[in-house]
Amino acid sequence: MTIAASRIEEKLFQNRYLVDSGRAHIKVRPHEKPSANLRALTRVCPAQCYELNDKGQVEITADGCMECGTCRVLCEASGEIEWNYPRGGFGVLFKFG
Amino acid sequence: MIEEKFDAIVVGAGMSGNAAAYTMASHGLKVLQLERGEYAGSKNVQGAIMYANMLEKIIPDFRDDAPLERHLVEQRLWVMDDTSHTGIHYRSDDFNEAKPNRYTIIRAQFDKWFSRKVREAGATVLCETTVTELIRDAKDKVVGVRTDRTGGEIFADVVVLAEGVSGLLGTRAGLREMPKPKSVALAVKEMHFLPEEVIEQRFGLKAGEGCVIEAVGTISRGMAGLGFVYTNKESISLGIGCLVSDFAATMESPYVLLDALKSHPSIRPLIAGSEVKEYAAHLIPEGGYKAIPQLFGDGWVVVGDAAQLNNAVHREGSNLAMTSGRIAAEAIMQLKSRMRPMTRQNLVLYKIMLDNSFVIKDLKKYKDLPALLHTNSRNFFTTYPQLMSQAAQNFMRVDGTPKIDKEKASTAAFIKARSRWGLLSDAVRLVFAWR
Ligand SMILES: Cc1cc2nc3c(=O)[nH]c(=O)nc-3n(C[C@H](O)[C@H](O)[C@H](O)COP(=O)(O)OP(=O)(O)OC[C@H]3O[C@@H](n4cnc5c(N)ncnc54)[C@H](O)[C@@H]3O)c2cc1C
Ligand code: SF4
Repeated sequence: MTIAASRIEEKLFQNRYLVDSGRAHIKVRPHEKPSANLRALTRVCPAQCYELNDKGQVEITADGCMECGTCRVLCEASGEIEWNYPRGGFGVLFKFG
Repeated sequence: MIEEKFDAIVVGAGMSGNAAAYTMASHGLKVLQLERGEYAGSKNVQGAIMYANMLEKIIPDFRDDAPLERHLVEQRLWVMDDTSHTGIHYRSDDFNEAKPNRYTIIRAQFDKWFSRKVREAGATVLCETTVTELIRDAKDKVVGVRTDRTGGEIFADVVVLAEGVSGLLGTRAGLREMPKPKSVALAVKEMHFLPEEVIEQRFGLKAGEGCVIEAVGTISRGMAGLGFVYTNKESISLGIGCLVSDFAATMESPYVLLDALKSHPSIRPLIAGSEVKEYAAHLIPEGGYKAIPQLFGDGWVVVGDAAQLNNAVHREGSNLAMTSGRIAAEAIMQLKSRMRPMTRQNLVLYKIMLDNSFVIKDLKKYKDLPALLHTNSRNFFTTYPQLMSQAAQNFMRVDGTPKIDKEKASTAAFIKARSRWGLLSDAVRLVFAWR
């Protein structure tokens, strides 16, 4: 797990982002216990934006987000997350895509 | 933001949006195109193989200045287990033709070029602008859009939703459902840079020629998925995608899968010594024909990935996107020239024209395949690849065992793993789904 975690940072480091500070485009709603899908995001998000805190709840840091939409498909309908695009021009900027 | 009213607003500057905007603008319509990225292509990800015929129908002389990487002369399909691959290769010098059929491209560069063509054709293109909402009139007809720019209400006769697979606008407005986890794949991809000559040497290519590898098997760890290796001029695009529903069920990490693919003994030597310059992720619509939503309504049409127009069996998406964008534009132009309003009754013309094209015909042909592969993924993506590899190795290894015994052993292995009935039913269902 820790090996994958350090590798993902290396991967994301190659990418270009324009982070819209203070305006996270994805939010996790407060919860007691995460659902199976929400917990799965800690493994399935390709940028590893989701992590478990020590209370067993899921938190997000969306800075490395590649706006793929996977978490939206899994957790928006149930209301567990709130998903939006970053403001125009912000977010990931693929050089090659 | 903009006072005037447009004939059409196109949301998105990907393959489908650019095709639609270019077609309408070059025929004199007043077109506004809105793109949330800093430049067209900055949010887009593709393998990427681009099919010339569909672009030729929009920009016949695209070869003069489009950023193309290599034209394809060889395609390999690899069935992989952990240490080997069994492959079908097709290579032909016929593909070295004056107007090649397929090219690899780099999406960010290609989209920038396409977007420049759209501007040259006379459309107004605004980047760094996210459309946040559709504006509807009292009768619920879509009459324009709101954006995240100040004072951002803009009006048009028709809105072309070319917003890609996530399709936030259309799904939020209730025009179609959000994609289901089982009808979208998550793909991750890296760009590996190597000198041109090294790529040509490793894949056996002459300057300008390209080779692609598509790979299935244990690399997707029992999930329905596909890996790919595409040669660009001086880089290799490498990635893997699996269904989101499978990812959620197995809790596999996509980047772990990608790293495993890169270190597979059949792939590793192809990218050895490369410099990785980007890591990307994107969804691909995989639901096929049965996942296609309502395609038109009062004041709107939907094109490309947003409409799930993607042929997962043949790895074609950009060409269906370009074609649906062009056809939507042609339908709108026809209605406009006959002075017909952009109502649901009239815009059905888009669907009629699309139904008659290869886009819907191809998707219809494979309408049962997604369900079959998804419910049977372990057999198709793990068991059979392993069996194939064992059978191939058995066949090649010369060790004094009589050939007849080898054949029997391979057959027995297949039957043991899946039973005669299981094999037969998989085969029959596959044939019917493929027909
Ligand atoms: C890894 C991968 C490999 C692929 N390989 C191939 C291949 O080899 N060959 C092939 O033919 N196809 C391939 N595809 C599929 C192909 O990329 C898509 O089918 C194609 O890009 C769809 O085009 P589109 O215009 O519908 O959507 P997109 O290209 O996704 O464009 C949508 C555009 O809309 C913009 N947008 C979205 N919402 C808004 C908004 N609210 N406001 C403003 N702008 C907005 C986005 O920023 C984006 O530019 C691949 C896809 C992936 C992910
Ligand atoms: S959109 Fe994709 S990259 Fe961004 S947080 Fe969700 S799963 Fe992760």
